[in-house]
Amino acid sequence: MESYFTFVSSVLGFEPTSLLGFVGAIAVWAVPITAFVSVVGLVSIWLERKISAHIQCRVGPMEVGPHGALQTLADGIKLLGKEDLVPAQADRILFGLAPMLVFASTFVGFAVIPFSQKAVIADLNLGIFFLAAVGSLEAIGVVMAGWSSNNKWSLFGAIRAATQVVSYEIPLGLSLLAVVVVAGSMSLNDITQAQSGWVWNWFLFRNPFMWAVFLIYFIASLAECKRAPFDLPEAESELVSGFHTEYSGMRFAIFFLAEYGAMYIVSAIAVVLFFGGWYTGIPFLDHISGSIGGTTGVVVENLIGAGTIIVKSFLLICVQMWIRWTLPRIRLDQMMDLCLKYLLPFSLVLLVAVSLWQAFQGPIDGGNSVMGMIMLAATVASLIWMRRLAGRVSKASALRRELPVVKTGL
Amino acid sequence: MATSDAIIDQVKGQFGEAVLESSTPLGFPTVCVAKDRARDILTYLRDEPGLEFDVLTDATAADGLKYPEPWDTRFQVVYHLRSSRDGKRLRVKVGVPERDCTLASVHDLWKSANWAEREIFDMFGVRFEGHPNLKRILCHHKFKGHALRKDYFIHDGQWLDEPETLLDEIGDWGENPADEGFSELVPVNLGPAHPAMHGTLRVFAKMEGETIVKAVPEIGYLHRGFEKHSETGNWTMVIPYTDRLNYCSAMLNNIGYVRTVEKMFGIEPTERCQYIRVIVGELSRIIDHCVCLGAMLVDLGALTNFWYLFNIRERIYHLLEGLCGARLTSSYARIGGMAHDLQDGFETELREILRDMPRNVSDVLGLIAKNRIFLDRTVGIGVISREDALSWGWTGPCLRATGIPYDLRKVEPYDVYADLDWDVATRDGGDVHDRAMVRFDEMIQSMRIIEQALDRMPEGPVMVEDKRVVLPEKDKVYSSIEGLMNHFVLIYDGIKVPAGEAYVPTEAANGELGFYIISDGSGRPYRIHCRAPSFYLYCAYPSLAEGNMVADAVPLLGSLNIIAGELDR
Amino acid sequence: MEPSVLVSLLIVLGLAAAIPVVMVILGRAFGPKRPTEVKYSVYECGLEPPVDARRRFTVKFYEVAVLFVVFDVEVAFLFPWALLFKKSSGFLFFGEMIVFLGILGVGLFYVIKRGALEWE
Repeated sequence: MESYFTFVSSVLGFEPTSLLGFVGAIAVWAVPITAFVSVVGLVSIWLERKISAHIQCRVGPMEVGPHGALQTLADGIKLLGKEDLVPAQADRILFGLAPMLVFASTFVGFAVIPFSQKAVIADLNLGIFFLAAVGSLEAIGVVMAGWSSNNKWSLFGAIRAATQVVSYEIPLGLSLLAVVVVAGSMSLNDITQAQSGWVWNWFLFRNPFMWAVFLIYFIASLAECKRAPFDLPEAESELVSGFHTEYSGMRFAIFFLAEYGAMYIVSAIAVVLFFGGWYTGIPFLDHISGSIGGTTGVVVENLIGAGTIIVKSFLLICVQMWIRWTLPRIRLDQMMDLCLKYLLPFSLVLLVAVSLWQAFQGPIDGGNSVMGMIMLAATVASLIWMRRLAGRVSKASALRRELPVVKTGL
Repeated sequence: MATSDAIIDQVKGQFGEAVLESSTPLGFPTVCVAKDRARDILTYLRDEPGLEFDVLTDATAADGLKYPEPWDTRFQVVYHLRSSRDGKRLRVKVGVPERDCTLASVHDLWKSANWAEREIFDMFGVRFEGHPNLKRILCHHKFKGHALRKDYFIHDGQWLDEPETLLDEIGDWGENPADEGFSELVPVNLGPAHPAMHGTLRVFAKMEGETIVKAVPEIGYLHRGFEKHSETGNWTMVIPYTDRLNYCSAMLNNIGYVRTVEKMFGIEPTERCQYIRVIVGELSRIIDHCVCLGAMLVDLGALTNFWYLFNIRERIYHLLEGLCGARLTSSYARIGGMAHDLQDGFETELREILRDMPRNVSDVLGLIAKNRIFLDRTVGIGVISREDALSWGWTGPCLRATGIPYDLRKVEPYDVYADLDWDVATRDGGDVHDRAMVRFDEMIQSMRIIEQALDRMPEGPVMVEDKRVVLPEKDKVYSSIEGLMNHFVLIYDGIKVPAGEAYVPTEAANGELGFYIISDGSGRPYRIHCRAPSFYLYCAYPSLAEGNMVADAVPLLGSLNIIAGELDR
Repeated sequence: MEPSVLVSLLIVLGLAAAIPVVMVILGRAFGPKRPTEVKYSVYECGLEPPVDARRRFTVKFYEVAVLFVVFDVEVAFLFPWALLFKKSSGFLFFGEMIVFLGILGVGLFYVIKRGALEWE
């Protein structure tokens, strides 16, 4: 099978063995991935502003670009003109290294996230393990930032971040394990290909426990990204700005970019693990190279794949934002309780359940598709039911307004 | 309920000679007692069955140096007591001479006396013997002199910029050699420039990890000398200053102040004026609760609620802007009535707001009322018992959240509140959650009040016809000598409030807003003291915050709705 | 010959190091430099910090760290097992894992019962 590199270099006419080919190879990865990370940053920050604005009966940025689409760019330019401030009492070396470490841990993750069958930089056979490993580096960067600032609020934020990221790595890892059990591989490419075909082949519908595994993964990934309701490390009403209180200008921008990059990474992993990766769920579209043929067919197929996974990931990012603008912040001890007393035992039980199911069901031919169809139907049904339930709840709160709980005075 | 005379007689019977004087000015029973027996008498008043003045509403002082009729002693310390059993009130005055400027502290009888005595010490230099921490509270710690003494001139500017360390109050954090620096306690400043410290509060906290072991508040960053300032102008000129007390509900401050002055005149405002006061007052209460709840929910990290609540506030501000030209600082009430009648279209716009408001409120409630995170973060946090709440001098929604239905609009009805059908909102938990929910309930009750008031509001003038307080109409000024004279005297001398004293409490958004006023009969206020509800709410804050995590201390502060403007005055 | 996965990863790592450095250099080039003593002081809500921030921190957080090490290492042990699970057949393989997870679960139960996870 041709890799992205061989494919692109053959299209562009590089000779992979020459020096030019080597420079070309660097360019072939460096340019798109850098561009993609910045675009992810720009788009998701803009989305965050727009979504929060519309949830809150506002319009959000409207001036720079159509519907404020370039506002983030303008803000980036503004940050470029800010004074690069390192507090006099800070540890200069660690202070400078911290944002770089945080950024690098996110950025490297993009190397193994597949955009389509071919468009993956490094298809590691230990992809999931690699992602978990580099992801946990971020905590070190955050602790460095908080400690080096020599500011108590930063330190509090850093310690909160360390506690949180470290604790949620366990349920996160266990839910990843459940998927590995089902897929039998840790390569993101293999995991995706195990979900080809119709929608019901996605791992989310593979067995009755996968929804719960996904929910645990999603909650843990919110905590890993330090997103509300787990935004304790930068809780602005408590810790001013948490671990990046002392950062300004471009150094702050790096933290910011890394935060939104991490949101994309965890969403893309969720898409790969549960939502069929780059597959649209319609076999005809997923194998369009068969009907178009030639290089064009391959390009189109990969473009469809990349578009699919990006759209799916952004949908999940939108859910993250929706949650952020709906829920209050959880407290430190409650955060720990949720992780160690609920998520951790649950994910252990789920791991056992998933592997039991796999042991029984796995060998049955065609059983996966049938199960998938049942689960898909159940999912759709429960979504409809929840929608109705939500309607009933709002009616109940409307009733409550007319009959307030009050007592008459003296 | 014991009548005023019966109370006075009982005290006289018990203490005889020590009760130097007794009277009932403007219906408020007052006893003047000897300085050396003051503490005994106050103890008796608190503990004696049948009296049971278990609330020290307010304590302040006045300087008699410039009063036309000389006082027996230069200073008078004034205690306003209230009984939570039957709502009776009593004023106890204690003369303190300049030479022996001391008085026995009563901080152990009522917890609210702690800060009140500090304020008296700060402003008048009366030393309270036995007070655990007699320091300046509103003025800077390096301030020289006592600002509210009549011989302190307001032009004596002092340049003070050295922040107080508060090291004497925070206690040890393990820096001493015995601990060898192995302590895990960290002293941290929360505020004055901290997002959670609405306005400019400062809490110096000693933390163990995230838990606050000890909290020492410092207030006064927004001290503007409201009381001293009020003594420099005439009576009308105080009204704009009152706007700046609780700037979230300026109308209620205006109304509270003018009601006190009207009481001294014996003026009853016109019926239409009373209805307008009820309507704008309740609108202000809604705004204030919106700010409090919105800010508290932001403290909890729920930012969206803030916008939903501020949408309501914004619409009401638009209405009030049309009414008096200002959003925040209304200055709409006048002594004897209101500045002018409602604008055209006021009722239509208000009815539209009332129509939409229930939906807006239920939007907010829909996000939090059954939200597990919200409940986990608020239920059982910062619980205060009824006894403690009374002892700290708490009033308003925070007291009602402990289950005590004390609302001045019901207990001592004024304006037309008694004619309207509404309920006092109470809850029983006394925690952050119930303080928030009481405010939601109160917003709904305020809507009920406004709706009824709109239906019943009669036509008519909004100002009384009283030559002592109201300027004559322009054509009378130009066409008749009486009108011209009246106008000239009112402008030149100002309104001349009859000599005497009055304390009139109003149910403001945060609780009992009382103005204690002494007039010497001239055109200028002799002494105006504002009993700010925030002041007594906040003095309990350190004891509530201690033992909580910093993440809980922040919404706890939000639930008290401390407004620095009235806290620091 | 195509560059190995490792080389591609190294290139991305290089990029990850280079981008923030370039960003900071750009920020330094375009940003003003007007230092004042107050501006470069540490933030403590507008006041002088009474003590240095780098002090001993409460031990509770270290307990969490220890717990993390215990559980995370066990999760790491599980990865190879999970990878091979599909290829293996037979319940012996499953049973081995159950024993392992059982020990882990008993440990977790013990920790919860002992109150090591209670914050206060």
